[in-house]
Amino acid sequence: MRVFILFSIIILAGTAGELCVSLAMKRVGEATSFHPAHILRVVMRGLRQPWMWVGVGMMALAFFALLGALSIFNVSFVVPVTALSYIAGALGGAVFLHERVNLWRWIGVLLVAIGVTLVVLGKS
Amino acid sequence: MGTEAIGKTSPATQSNHPHKPLKLKTFLMILVMVICGPLGNVLLGKGMKQVGAIALWPLSRLFFDATRIFATVPIWLGICSLLVFFVAYMLVLSWADYSFVQPASALAYGVVAMLGYFMLGEDVSPLRWTGIAIICMGVFIVSRTTPRTTNPKVADPG
Repeated sequence: MRVFILFSIIILAGTAGELCVSLAMKRVGEATSFHPAHILRVVMRGLRQPWMWVGVGMMALAFFALLGALSIFNVSFVVPVTALSYIAGALGGAVFLHERVNLWRWIGVLLVAIGVTLVVLGKS
Repeated sequence: MGTEAIGKTSPATQSNHPHKPLKLKTFLMILVMVICGPLGNVLLGKGMKQVGAIALWPLSRLFFDATRIFATVPIWLGICSLLVFFVAYMLVLSWADYSFVQPASALAYGVVAMLGYFMLGEDVSPLRWTGIAIICMGVFIVSRTTPRTTNPKVADPG
């Protein structure tokens, strides 16, 4: 049960946090140049979005849950499970941000999740 | 649709005709992310190894350890690197799909292994190389989809 709760927080809060950051930046609008002054303005505008802070809060929550999980289980178990967040991310993008995730993107996301799992399992 | 796409593109046409510059700047930012993210973590790890174990109690010891952490050069380099990572992340998310950026940034797993192999002389197991190859394949497939599938808003310069 504790395992389930911890991993749910890591995956759901982590992904939700990143989705919130994404939503905030979509509200700011596309950064059109790489001029430092423009970048600074876009970043400052992002920091004024409430969703940015909701996102940072959720990512912090996920981080502490990750630390908690790491204090109980091996890294080689924890990190492959968090690869599920790639699937949660594609789902979240489609549902909450109305991104059109087509079949190819789904296949890519699945491969990435499998690859991340192998990388962590292969840690010597 | 499409006829006014030359010159000042309207947001609606841009989303339906993702052109080269959009892909180029997306890949540039993801490149910055996958280099600065792992580099920052490696630097933080290196810095914390220099500092050694942290005492949480008594508070005076904790305070002393905290000052030692912030007096370590790699820690600051790591923080700077992670700041650059986060700015690149914010910028790319201002125009590209989250479901595009998130899997693409998984290349960072490969970069960490490369950094470990070439800079620190670590052993990378065959299973790990296989995983990296599969991640790269996945990222390649994701990158062939258009970076943006929603209607964008442009940040006004003023």
